[in-house]
Amino acid sequence: MGSLSSLPGADKRDIVVLEGVTKRFPGIVANDSIDLSIRPGEVHVLLGENGAGKSTLIGMLSGLLQPDEGRILVDGKLTQITSPRHALALGIGTVFQHMMLVPALTVAENLLLGGPWWQRPRTEELEARVAEITRSLGITVKLHAKVSELSLGEQQQVEILRAMVRNSRLLILDESTSMLTPKGIDELGTLMRRLVEQGLAIVFITHKLKEAAAFGDRISVLKLGRKVGEIPSERFRALGEQEIISEIVELMFGKQKDDPEAVECPIRTICVEAAPLLQVADLAVAPTDNTPGLSSISFDIRPGEILGIAGIDGNGQKQLAEALAGQRVATGGSVRLEGTAIEMLSVGERRQRGLRYLTDDRLGEGTVGTFPVSINFFLKQVGAAPFWRNGFEQRAEIDKRAAQLVREYDVRTPSLKTPVGRLSGGNIQKVLLARELAEGAKVVIFNKPTYGLDLANTLASRQRIRDTAARGLAILLISTDLEELLSMCDRIAVIANGALVGTVENVDDARTKVGRLMIGLAA
Amino acid sequence: MTGLFSEVFLSALMFGAVTAAIPLLLAGLGEQMSEKAGVLNIGIEGMMLAGAYLGFVGAFYSGSLWLGFLTGAAGGVVVALIMALLCVRIGLNQIVIGIALTLGLEGLTALLHHFQFSRSYPRLPAADATVIPLLSDIPVFGPAFFKHHLIVYLALALVFAMGYLYRHTQLGLNLQAAGDKPAALDVAGIDVIKTRTIAVLTTGALAGLGGAYLANVGAGLFIPFISNGAGFLGIVLAMLARGRPVWVLFGALLFGVCLSLTTAMQVAGINIPTDVIQMLPFLAVMIMLVLFGRRASLPAALGIPYERGTR
Repeated sequence: MGSLSSLPGADKRDIVVLEGVTKRFPGIVANDSIDLSIRPGEVHVLLGENGAGKSTLIGMLSGLLQPDEGRILVDGKLTQITSPRHALALGIGTVFQHMMLVPALTVAENLLLGGPWWQRPRTEELEARVAEITRSLGITVKLHAKVSELSLGEQQQVEILRAMVRNSRLLILDESTSMLTPKGIDELGTLMRRLVEQGLAIVFITHKLKEAAAFGDRISVLKLGRKVGEIPSERFRALGEQEIISEIVELMFGKQKDDPEAVECPIRTICVEAAPLLQVADLAVAPTDNTPGLSSISFDIRPGEILGIAGIDGNGQKQLAEALAGQRVATGGSVRLEGTAIEMLSVGERRQRGLRYLTDDRLGEGTVGTFPVSINFFLKQVGAAPFWRNGFEQRAEIDKRAAQLVREYDVRTPSLKTPVGRLSGGNIQKVLLARELAEGAKVVIFNKPTYGLDLANTLASRQRIRDTAARGLAILLISTDLEELLSMCDRIAVIANGALVGTVENVDDARTKVGRLMIGLAA
Repeated sequence: MTGLFSEVFLSALMFGAVTAAIPLLLAGLGEQMSEKAGVLNIGIEGMMLAGAYLGFVGAFYSGSLWLGFLTGAAGGVVVALIMALLCVRIGLNQIVIGIALTLGLEGLTALLHHFQFSRSYPRLPAADATVIPLLSDIPVFGPAFFKHHLIVYLALALVFAMGYLYRHTQLGLNLQAAGDKPAALDVAGIDVIKTRTIAVLTTGALAGLGGAYLANVGAGLFIPFISNGAGFLGIVLAMLARGRPVWVLFGALLFGVCLSLTTAMQVAGINIPTDVIQMLPFLAVMIMLVLFGRRASLPAALGIPYERGTR
């Protein structure tokens, strides 16, 4: 950090400090009282899973969102970052997860974007400035190529270059490695190191532990909108990579002392001798361009048992759920429900036989937002008696049964006619629960059942799932929240890259075993 | 048939083609700017009508064509203001608002004209031509291209001014970014709403000017529905021009020839039913679309209202 002194005002003072910053969206608390300090010459890693609140946090730093509570200090002064332009003026440059370049323009034109409109673009000036920056960073950029012709890695370098051209002091990289090749990731790591050596501050957002340990100087771990821990730079330097990773695992998956969600896992008695309700053997799904495939997935679930599927988001969880429900074509393997093969059956037939799937996409595929609550209860029975007769809707029958379900599942809705899209996430989830757990359910697949719900609804949903298992149904519970799985499951299987890498009985040391499996270490 | 290929006929045909092309050119250039910035401006037909009506009224009462052009452009801007408010600022559906504006102004201008002039259609004196020395002496082409009102030459100059604007100025960059990736423009610190508003208002001014030209120079009078689809042809031109003003010019001239041919053939008394002849320009549109429609490249965010923070 020798060049640090050459930067004006760059002593060890924090560039940006967040104090107790809270941001709420309808139905969820995205950031809950977060403290953060960002220093020059440091790569500050923000680590957390999807939905941990990372994107909201940088939205507030880059001027796209305003905090509901808390303070942001820039150079020690209380500052409201009101717009992206304001953030740039403060020296905060952001490289967003989704590329923010205009594909139809050239690199140079993109870099010039944002100048005063009455001016001619200062191309010569830009070229000189870019040459200077690229030389010091050891990268090459094709200034006159169209952005649409560049690779994703090259586009990202252009975005970083843009932040530098604008004299940013703080560079925020949002999930910047998610679209890069391994080589591109290494190059980005080298580039970040050079940038902090020049005295820049970097906030690097990722959900990959290896990158965090390899590129960071300081790590803050976010979990469900809360900051659950920080490894300061002094400690960071003292530890080896493996020690850092295990410390992060402890922070990410460790038990919190005052966790309101903590519930003693109730002992359920599962009849070990009972025949499994759901048997899956060697299930495989072909990968597509943007989703991983599945390979050799095998498991059994007995009546009354909850099998958890743990794993970092995006490792094939959704594909597994959809393949079982029949929404995605399996390329091999067998699925047996009560001993009968069902892998050739359609979605409707599987449902008929008692296989139910609660999607995590509640408003997208789960419900029709503009339809009333009452109709949404029977979306999967449209046309069937007694709710429809000869193609005509039986309003009285529907309303009678819907009113019953609303009471039974405690759906808080102004009326049965209210469009379901106007309800909160928790209440939409209750509508889905009511629909899928209705008559004839035998096996239920839950995909992230508490994602985005507030605490009360989370606890209610979990209780509902436990009660369902207690009725003797077999439950497959897919979740990225390890705490949830530990509090509910009998066994936990871990999915990584579309394959089950291990199954753990949910007893005393399950937490560490599952955590290790999740990051690719043997249990 | 002897009259068809005479010098005078050809000259008149081309003169008519230029006269007919100018409103299309102005509308096309205006639409092109809106589309570049991401606003599909279907209200342009209404803007032309407002321009034609106010341009005529301005010229009729003041006796000055130039004042007429000014009031015409202002009329277009007023309509564009409504469009900008509803579609850019509030983010309503651009197609619905565009259609509403067009239909509304068709009715409004016809009604106002009826109140003012009852069933009479007063004419303006013929526009003075600016004769360009030497060039206008070339046989056939001279009288066709170099004996027009000054505004025609200005409109041609505008083609190149627009080309320069898009290629070499900061504003040009901002406009293209607003249409292609508004979020990128926003994070670059430029107000997307403001940029798009500027584009829509400019469109209004150009369309209004085109309408005023149509009424004051082209026809010399105002009749209801005088634009007769010129604004819509402008939309087609802008879509086919792939963002380049000079292609709008070529397209406008091509349609201008078709329109002029319609008149010329009728005058020449060629033995084809007039209905067939009048179809020509629209046939040309369809042929153009079949030939080039596939390659039309439109901005990625065209027609999508911008709201910060949504993806």
